[in-house]
Amino acid sequence: METENLIENANVNMARRSFLRYAGAGVATVGVLAAASCQKTYPPVADTPKGIDIGATGDLAILNYAYALEQLEAAFYINVSAQMYTGASADEIALLTDIRDHEVAHRQFFKAALGTNAIQDLSVNFSAIDFSSRASVLAAAKAFEDTGVTAYNGAGYLIQSATYLTLAGKIVSVEARHASYIRNLISPGSFADTTVLDANGMDKQQSIAQVLAIANTYLTTKVSASNYGYVAS
Amino acid sequence: MNLLGIIEEIEKVDPEFQDRISPRRAAIRNITSFGSKVAVAALPFAFSTLFKKAYGQTGTVPVNDVLNYALKLEYLEAAFYNAGIASSLAFSATEKSYLTTIQGHENAHVAFLKTVLSSAAVAQSTQGTNGVYDFTAGGTFPTVLSNVDTYFAVAQAFEDTGVRAYKGQAQYLVGNQVVLTAALNIHSVEARHASAVRLIRRLRGATGTKPWITGANDTGITAVNANYAGEDNLNQGGVTITSLAGVSGNVSVNAATEGFDEPLTSAQVVALVAPFGVK
Repeated sequence: METENLIENANVNMARRSFLRYAGAGVATVGVLAAASCQKTYPPVADTPKGIDIGATGDLAILNYAYALEQLEAAFYINVSAQMYTGASADEIALLTDIRDHEVAHRQFFKAALGTNAIQDLSVNFSAIDFSSRASVLAAAKAFEDTGVTAYNGAGYLIQSATYLTLAGKIVSVEARHASYIRNLISPGSFADTTVLDANGMDKQQSIAQVLAIANTYLTTKVSASNYGYVAS
Repeated sequence: MNLLGIIEEIEKVDPEFQDRISPRRAAIRNITSFGSKVAVAALPFAFSTLFKKAYGQTGTVPVNDVLNYALKLEYLEAAFYNAGIASSLAFSATEKSYLTTIQGHENAHVAFLKTVLSSAAVAQSTQGTNGVYDFTAGGTFPTVLSNVDTYFAVAQAFEDTGVRAYKGQAQYLVGNQVVLTAALNIHSVEARHASAVRLIRRLRGATGTKPWITGANDTGITAVNANYAGEDNLNQGGVTITSLAGVSGNVSVNAATEGFDEPLTSAQVVALVAPFGVK
């Protein structure tokens, strides 16, 4: 497997091109892409001494990156719902439960789409979050959602398949809806304030390296993206 | 105007810009912080041409066409919030603050897109009747500027539709770090707006309205059915979302539709906004 990885890395561009040609020519569905990528020309995602790596450059790596983030978000909201902080209104409970279900749907979608190419289930560490405190939970939720938006926005251009790019678009706007709602819960009217937007009224993007450095603070299974310039420390 | 200065500015953020505008341009690689650096750097008339040459045409729609399409929608949205805030509609202080924030963003988006497009930008005066829109959409929403609930209902439709419109264009910008990333950064702001407007409507008594879109048209207003066509999609890239395991049992229909926003084609969107005067 190591040898295959080395060979693959040396031929990343060639492999990716032919892979994309294949993906683009066929029916552009997740199932097809997952099936195509099971061929031995595209290696499964690598384990690293520090945890896991999202693998060789290409759409599978970006999908695994998204899958890692969705695993983290889903785990967070499952915890929130399982031990709802005191002082939550019925409306808050209902909508936070909705968000949990959206994140679980995202997680399960990536898992199904990636099939055997999916990274493993990640172990999380939420010891920095006080789940009994509304302020602590909502602050963490805000950070997760805002970071999720910057992550998808920053990785969009790395996705070569129009189908997957659109799928990422379908998800990121839902993350932005969550971010907006959580922010309004914390402080009404802060749904898109200058702490997240630039002077052009636009969200900001973050690189894979920037996002994983944040995500890894909540993960015991560290996620690296060595082919995108980031190795977990 | 100092074109060489401009190119130097661009090269600061995009070292490969010279390669890009030369015939031997390699794979599109791109720059970062397009919005904060390039756009703010007072671009000259020639930039539009250079830009088009450098970052080019992807897929089947020229980049400038995508940007002008976005600009027309932003013109409409900006004018809508400008009109609402200038009207005698009795918004609460909180509602007004939400609207003022959104108004600022939509006007900023207009300015941004006009700067990027430069001389290629469609003029606002070409829209509506000499630049003036019909926010009643030909009488469909006769009380849009006299009834707060109607105003927010139209605002919600605009925002949700704006999200769908941007999403539908992403496919034409594959691999284009500069323009795609800028479009995504606007797209997610429209989604933040949509969520906020939906929350306002929920707080005003539309208790079935959530910050996210449930099923197809969840507004209770049949006149906007087409704005929500396809939002009830349960299949994503070949995966039936309701067949996946949820927290207890499978993912519900509501979660499956709420969790994924759907795109609209430009043809669909143009048909939806034409009654307001978008051309």
